[in-house]
Amino acid sequence: MKIVMIVGLLLVSSINWASIDAYEFQSLEKEQQFRQIITELRCPKCQNQNISDSNAGLAKDIKDRAYELILAGKSNAEITDYMVDRYGNFITYRPPLTASTYVLWFGPFVLALLALIIFVVVKIRQQNNPPAELKQEQHQQVSQLLKKLEDLEHKR
Amino acid sequence: MKSLKWLLFGLPLLGFIAMAFLFFNALGSDPSLLPSARLDQKIPAFELETLAQPGAMVSTATVKGPLLLNVWATWCPSCQLEHPMLLELAKAGIPIVGLNYKDERAAALKYLELHGNPFQYNIFDQKGSLGLDLGVYGAPETYLVDAEGVIRYRHVGVVDPKVWTQVLWPRWQAMGGFDPQSTAAGDKP
Repeated sequence: MKIVMIVGLLLVSSINWASIDAYEFQSLEKEQQFRQIITELRCPKCQNQNISDSNAGLAKDIKDRAYELILAGKSNAEITDYMVDRYGNFITYRPPLTASTYVLWFGPFVLALLALIIFVVVKIRQQNNPPAELKQEQHQQVSQLLKKLEDLEHKR
Repeated sequence: MKSLKWLLFGLPLLGFIAMAFLFFNALGSDPSLLPSARLDQKIPAFELETLAQPGAMVSTATVKGPLLLNVWATWCPSCQLEHPMLLELAKAGIPIVGLNYKDERAAALKYLELHGNPFQYNIFDQKGSLGLDLGVYGAPETYLVDAEGVIRYRHVGVVDPKVWTQVLWPRWQAMGGFDPQSTAAGDKP
């Protein structure tokens, strides 16, 4: 009896799972296109989930609409534009180049360039100003200090 | 060598100031509030039944303001929260059109009977298709629609007296909305 129940439950769960993925396509190409677009669109309701991961009702609505648009022969770029028209740039994980996203797009390159400039400047300065030569008496001072140090260590 | 030292201390300091500025600006702003992508655009084309009468259609041409377009549903607790405010606004003469969003007709009608009906009429958007075209991402949402049927503002969340007086009312006046004060002797809504 228990086994029957377990098998029954397993069957039910597999039916539920299938209903989530009940989008049918005539071609593998379109199905792959669908799988791609639903990972690239962000669910407006849930901040940081794509509509593929999200169980929100809104995510399903957007998936449904994307499905219809794919069947109508739209490309993923067109579908993204379509959704941006409705939900704004928030919906895409690839923010377009606008004044407010310049920092996002160019910031890393600017920082890398800055680091490179600083590195080069430091190197050039080091080459131009080699450490000054020591005078004779300074040499003696250094060797005396080194000797003292050695003696200290011997005592230990 | 002096300028190098300046760099060594100045850069992190500059970075710190920039970050502090950024974070301070982000304080108090709710990242879940999205600006509407439909601002200053006409209400997207649609043709849907009204809530009250199956078969009676409303379309884009019908929705000419100035009016409030309120997105609501019986499954939305916050909508119940703002319902008394909507009733008050309607009583003061502000025209409100409802967009009954992804709801059941019977439940919605019963709800209006029970709690009162502030709406001139309701667009019955059972599948959420107009909702999607409008960019609705959570009820309640309230749109200010002007005389040309153009969306002038969207408020996401509950309309309470504070939101009304501080956010919606100035914009309502700016787009030439009917002023209840000028005709009715009643209180300012």
